[in-house]
Amino acid sequence: MSEPSPNNPAPGGDAESEPRPGRVRKPIGWSTIIIAALVAVSAALVWRRDGTDGVLDILTHDLSLFSGILPRVLAGCLLGAFISEILPHEKVSRSLGPKSGLMGLLIGTAFGAILPGGPFTAYPVASALLAVGADFGATIAMVVSWTLIGYGRAVAWEIPIMGTDFTLWRIVISLPLPVLAGALGRFVYVRLYSKPLAKDDES
Amino acid sequence: MSAALLIDILLWGSVLGVGMIAFRRGRPVFVASLREGTMDFVNIVPRIALGVIGSGYIAAIIPQEVITGWLGPDSGWLGVATAVVAGAATPGGPVVGFSIGAVALKSGGGVPQVVAYVVAWALFAFQRVILWEIPFMPARFVWFRCAVSVPFPFVAAAIAMLIGKP
Repeated sequence: MSEPSPNNPAPGGDAESEPRPGRVRKPIGWSTIIIAALVAVSAALVWRRDGTDGVLDILTHDLSLFSGILPRVLAGCLLGAFISEILPHEKVSRSLGPKSGLMGLLIGTAFGAILPGGPFTAYPVASALLAVGADFGATIAMVVSWTLIGYGRAVAWEIPIMGTDFTLWRIVISLPLPVLAGALGRFVYVRLYSKPLAKDDES
Repeated sequence: MSAALLIDILLWGSVLGVGMIAFRRGRPVFVASLREGTMDFVNIVPRIALGVIGSGYIAAIIPQEVITGWLGPDSGWLGVATAVVAGAATPGGPVVGFSIGAVALKSGGGVPQVVAYVVAWALFAFQRVILWEIPFMPARFVWFRCAVSVPFPFVAAAIAMLIGKP
């Protein structure tokens, strides 16, 4: 995994075909295998309990869900690709990089809160931010902010199911958490990865 | 659902907006990122298919009552800790997660415990982490993010205990 270093920023907007770092993916990883096994076992248990009809019921329901989600996944992938292409790397690593301080965490939080869409947008965009120079701290703030105070899931699911009072109250409680999580992330990251030679005397 | 439509409009509006900016940077930039995004999509679809189509089966064999039972009424910090585990272990999407939270609230679950449950679900629901976060993000980031997030459902519960009910 190559981290873009702030001392060596990649050329910004006019870079044409430079491959983005940190976006290499294996087609099938262990997590896919675990999930596939889990799904197979669950489907077998459903079949034993409810028969073929039960299995087909769930399959039709989930297939329609899947076809509804597909266009949004495409939108998320395009959003991530465009954002990582148009964001100037030096500017991102200055405002969201390791030295961006509280401001970087606040920008990450604001970005996560206003990002439209679901996981199909948040993770591709977060991955794009990492690739163009945001550090773990600011990216954690963004992901945690998206999941805790982003309006997408709250409007679509939480308010209808949990009620407006609970949802707003829960969001108010969550307001400080993204910045705290990002700060903790940065604090731990620096001690874990940046100074491997400095302190080695822990027992 | 109109909220879903609104979100779709915002989503595609944003894609259009950043796409226009990329296009004004020049055709090669636009075409390269278009191709990159499409390739990401093609690579991710099998995993999303497995997750979305498979999650119905996983949700069907973990009965919601099991998880609701974990969210005991006013069970203190032990209840909060149980709620955090329950949130991470909840299968399925937002409907399942929030429905369990709503049932727990109605059946007398403690409010801080339900807040801890909802926050933990938002942060760690295993299905979202495995199906969405790991495919899109570097795995090292995902584990780091999860580890760093562990204290925060407890922080949320503590704030909920301090400021009281909604």
